[in-house]
Amino acid sequence: MSGTEPGGPRPAVETDRDPGLQPERTRLAWRRTTLSWAVAGVLAVRQALRADDSAVGGIAVGLAAFGFLGILVLAHRRLTGLDPARPEALPNRWAVAAAACTLLLALCGAALVWWGSTG
Amino acid sequence: MSGFGRLRAARESVGLWFAPERVRSEGTTPDYRFSLANERTFLAWIRTALALIGGGFAVDQFLTDHLTQWVRAALALALLAGGVLCCLRAVNHWVRSERAIRLGRSLPASRFPALLAVLVAVLGLAMVVVVVFGWAG
Repeated sequence: MSGTEPGGPRPAVETDRDPGLQPERTRLAWRRTTLSWAVAGVLAVRQALRADDSAVGGIAVGLAAFGFLGILVLAHRRLTGLDPARPEALPNRWAVAAAACTLLLALCGAALVWWGSTG
Repeated sequence: MSGFGRLRAARESVGLWFAPERVRSEGTTPDYRFSLANERTFLAWIRTALALIGGGFAVDQFLTDHLTQWVRAALALALLAGGVLCCLRAVNHWVRSERAIRLGRSLPASRFPALLAVLVAVLGLAMVVVVVFGWAG
């Protein structure tokens, strides 16, 4: 069976444009990720504003802003990198960098919560 | 596996994160769509981590009427730690999946999603109890 009967699975067709819109979906996934980062970042800034120790708050906001900038740059480069019909796979370094930015936010948050509750 | 063996396995996988040429040298380059699907899964895990981190902030900021400061801080730190774990696991799972796809092996199985689900369910139930009793009391 060649799989051409109606309702059956269609054989994969090689075209210039991916009919499954995989690059587009990946681009949207990056957008969702930056948006989620923005929401978590706003909560982090709110947390910093409540901190008693303004030095800790300032440093944490600075680091979180750095992490957000990192995610934005990564996402932008990836979005343009997904333009070709057959994009390259995500480089290891970028994946590690994206995770590191998020890790930075979590560590800033932990510092803020810790000093907020002991200070 | 012994503790030492575990440690060596962990070092091995972290080494893989930073060694793209080692991943690339094995197997064949897969259809780009598989790599992109793997990338989206990675991003979904990063968002899960962000949700846990955001949840940690929210617990500390919005449950002020229900919980004492120490309980709030402990819960927030637990959620933030969950976010950190999710982040690390996102990269690790992405690298291992990429490698498995290149080598034509089956994708790595993992207990992590089940553990995370149980943890989130327990935390959610605890929050419901706290909020309900907070209103009643």
